[in-house]
Amino acid sequence: MFILILSFLVAAAVLPALAKKLGREVFYVAALVPAATCVWGVWAYSKISESGPISEQAAWVPQLGLTLGLRFDGFAFLMLSLVAGIGVLVFVYAGSYFHQEPIIGRFAATLLLFSGSMIGLVLADNLLALFLFWELTSITSYLLISIEDEKTAARSGALQALLITGMGGLAMLGGFVLLGEAAGTYSMSALLSKPPSGSVVTAALVLVLIGAFTKSAQVPFHTWLPRAMNAPTPVSSYLHSATMVTAGVYLVARFTPAFAEYSIWRPLVISFGLATMLIGAYRSLRQHDLKLILAYGTISQLGLMMLLFGVGTKESIFAGCTLLLAHGIFKAALFMLVGIIDHQTHTRDIRVLGGLGAQWPVLTVAAGVVAASMAGIPPLFGFIAKEEALAALGETGWRWGVVVLIGVVIGSTLTVAYSARFLWGAFGPQQVRILGEQGSVPQGSAPQPSKMFVAPVMVLAALTVLFGLLPSLIDPVVARAYESLVGSSSEHQLALWHGFTQALALSALAIFAGGALFWWRQRVERFQDSVPHLPSAQSGFDRTVKGLLVSADAVTGFVQHGSLPIYLGIILLTMIVLPGVPLLSDGVMPNIWLADSPLQVVVGFIMIVCAVGAAVARRRFAAVLLVGAVGYGMAALFVIQGAPDLAITQLLIETLGVAVFVLAFRHLPADFARPKLPGSQLIRIAIALLSGLFVFGFTLFAIGARTEPTISGQYLDKAYSEGGGNNVVNVIVVDFRGFDTMGEIVVLAVAALGVAAIVRAKKPPVKDATGLTSAEVDS
Amino acid sequence: MTHRRSVILDLCVQAEFHTLLLLSLYLLFSGHNQPGGGFAGGLVASCAFGLRFVAGGPPALSRSISIPATTFLGLGMLFATVTGCISLATGHEFLESSIISADLLVIGTVKTSSVLFFDMGVYLVVLGMALLLLEQLGTADGTNPDEVQP
Repeated sequence: MFILILSFLVAAAVLPALAKKLGREVFYVAALVPAATCVWGVWAYSKISESGPISEQAAWVPQLGLTLGLRFDGFAFLMLSLVAGIGVLVFVYAGSYFHQEPIIGRFAATLLLFSGSMIGLVLADNLLALFLFWELTSITSYLLISIEDEKTAARSGALQALLITGMGGLAMLGGFVLLGEAAGTYSMSALLSKPPSGSVVTAALVLVLIGAFTKSAQVPFHTWLPRAMNAPTPVSSYLHSATMVTAGVYLVARFTPAFAEYSIWRPLVISFGLATMLIGAYRSLRQHDLKLILAYGTISQLGLMMLLFGVGTKESIFAGCTLLLAHGIFKAALFMLVGIIDHQTHTRDIRVLGGLGAQWPVLTVAAGVVAASMAGIPPLFGFIAKEEALAALGETGWRWGVVVLIGVVIGSTLTVAYSARFLWGAFGPQQVRILGEQGSVPQGSAPQPSKMFVAPVMVLAALTVLFGLLPSLIDPVVARAYESLVGSSSEHQLALWHGFTQALALSALAIFAGGALFWWRQRVERFQDSVPHLPSAQSGFDRTVKGLLVSADAVTGFVQHGSLPIYLGIILLTMIVLPGVPLLSDGVMPNIWLADSPLQVVVGFIMIVCAVGAAVARRRFAAVLLVGAVGYGMAALFVIQGAPDLAITQLLIETLGVAVFVLAFRHLPADFARPKLPGSQLIRIAIALLSGLFVFGFTLFAIGARTEPTISGQYLDKAYSEGGGNNVVNVIVVDFRGFDTMGEIVVLAVAALGVAAIVRAKKPPVKDATGLTSAEVDS
Repeated sequence: MTHRRSVILDLCVQAEFHTLLLLSLYLLFSGHNQPGGGFAGGLVASCAFGLRFVAGGPPALSRSISIPATTFLGLGMLFATVTGCISLATGHEFLESSIISADLLVIGTVKTSSVLFFDMGVYLVVLGMALLLLEQLGTADGTNPDEVQP
């Protein structure tokens, strides 16, 4: 399985180079990888039918006990067949969707990376590995939405998707860690077979659900999904309908058998799911953009799936698995259809489109089939899924079960209405000519789409008919998925005809009521326009982001006010107060002696004079020379102590330091500025005196604070035998304490680059070839 | 930073420039057994370039060296890290030293430690930093245009 996921990465690395040679044919090459995955999936499926789930482990960070665990079971197969199967079709479709744009190499590679991450997500058994793949899908989704990066809408839509799903992902990670610590294992299969309990688990589940809700676009986190429709259509039909957005549903499905009885689980999941289903379907009826109709429809369907898994009875889990498959098939096909319409007519507005039904009869039939499947009309796969759902919800036996059931019937009614609206808007006769003659697509002008372009839609339409008429074909897959979730095999069988049941009656009701809504669509639209708009979640998101930026700005302005004296003052005061207080209370006074030799006294006296001179000097140049003299004095002290190495370094540093100081002073006035605020001079003097005193006292106490024998003896012993050098100082610097030196040279390099950047930023801006000023480039 | 170049200083610097560079290399290579090392060596080399700068201004500096200062910084970091990584790759700890001895044809047996390469990295980083500061602070325009007369 690891090889499987890696093959996606490797192929993605090769694709951009290949795209330069092959052009858009590269998509057919890319399709081979998910195709191979399908083959592997079928082979592995036959294996797990005989001998149970396959697991693979690989050590990731063994020191932290992190292992990457993968596990392939029936539910993973269901998801994998969706991801890889639709993946193949989407790649074939993209081969016709794109022209010879330069982005196709990047696009194909990113799309393949997404497929790999999604496969990893459904195979992951370790919670942290799951999180890793989860975030990878978020990131690849971001890259794919913004692939046409010259479009502002695409960029901002991508960012919104990343912010919302990323926020949810972080919450989910917190939840995973809480769960993993509570259960003592991060393996999902082990954790779910022995679910932990306690108040920590309640918090963890809420966090995990936030992750699932954001990813699966549940209200009020749904706003990113319609805005993600700025992506090229292959992305919409793959990520934002069939696969990535079902990741949240997938997670809830995995968790629900273990946690459905938990107090908060059902109320949370069911209420969010139901609200999402209704709001999504209602908003879908208001859209004029074909893609947005589908986007809100997807939100609605995701709500229904969430609800079904949230209910968590055996029947509803079975229905959820069925709907997951059915939805993936018809929704991917519908998005592909929109892409074809957009590609051939250059519009997606149902107020402009018209007459396509007569021009593309075959495609229209296919569209009718998949839209009917979405509406839940027999004898299609979507109908079977909806029947299962209604039957499952009718059998809960709870007090609130009826409310949920009524909600779902209303949702289904709206679904029928927007499915009809979609179909009629795209293929029916032109409706309202609000854009005038120029804006409309004249009859008979749209070119026929190529066969390869249409083929993926046809395959999916055929599947939805096939599974509708012969549900026994798909029944084992759903049953196996159900079995791996619930742990026991189902006695239930998918069937087209269950007899005259309550579910059938509700289905019929939904279809007729939805038909009526469509028939009186103009009244419905007028009604929707007259109802005051609910506070939109989009403006909520915008306000949150804006508020965050404004408050971040305020905080930065407060903390980083830009005055060097104040920065320096705060740093010095911290240095004095924090170690100074314990020093005064606990410090041990060492034995003090004045000097080892009279020479030290002389040098020390010179140093003190120079230091005082530096402090009172008016001119910067004089001050620097005096500071340099103090440094030379230090070097002299080193010589007296018999440390030539230190003396050399000290001398050189002082020399170079003075030179650099002088260079820097050419940018500054010759004299020190006099502080303008009265009293600030006194504060400065006080801080300076205190820091001087502190350093003096600290050094003194540090000598007295020794409790262990010094390690310099060891250094002396081992310098030659282990370090291979006679110069102990050097051996310490480059060998014993090599890591420190490493850090120091990094600091040196970074500081040098920083100085260079600051100096350059001050230069008058020079426009270079890119049109940016050098200051802009530097910043 | 005088208005005119001093001929005496110029000549003296020209005379000692290469000697200083040689001395810096000596300090670098002998550093493991005698006073010196990469840091001191790098500083001596920096001083040599600093003298050039003092004597002839930015043009003299850019005449004496054509490699950009950032290249030295980068090379130094590369040397240091690669040395560390090699010892990591050969099964030791990061930056753990091992003693190398080789028989060179005329010179005889030479024994040194692998940290010499790390020290070279230090040398290059120090030199690169000093050169970068001289270049940036020294050639920054908008100060006194009449400082240096080439």
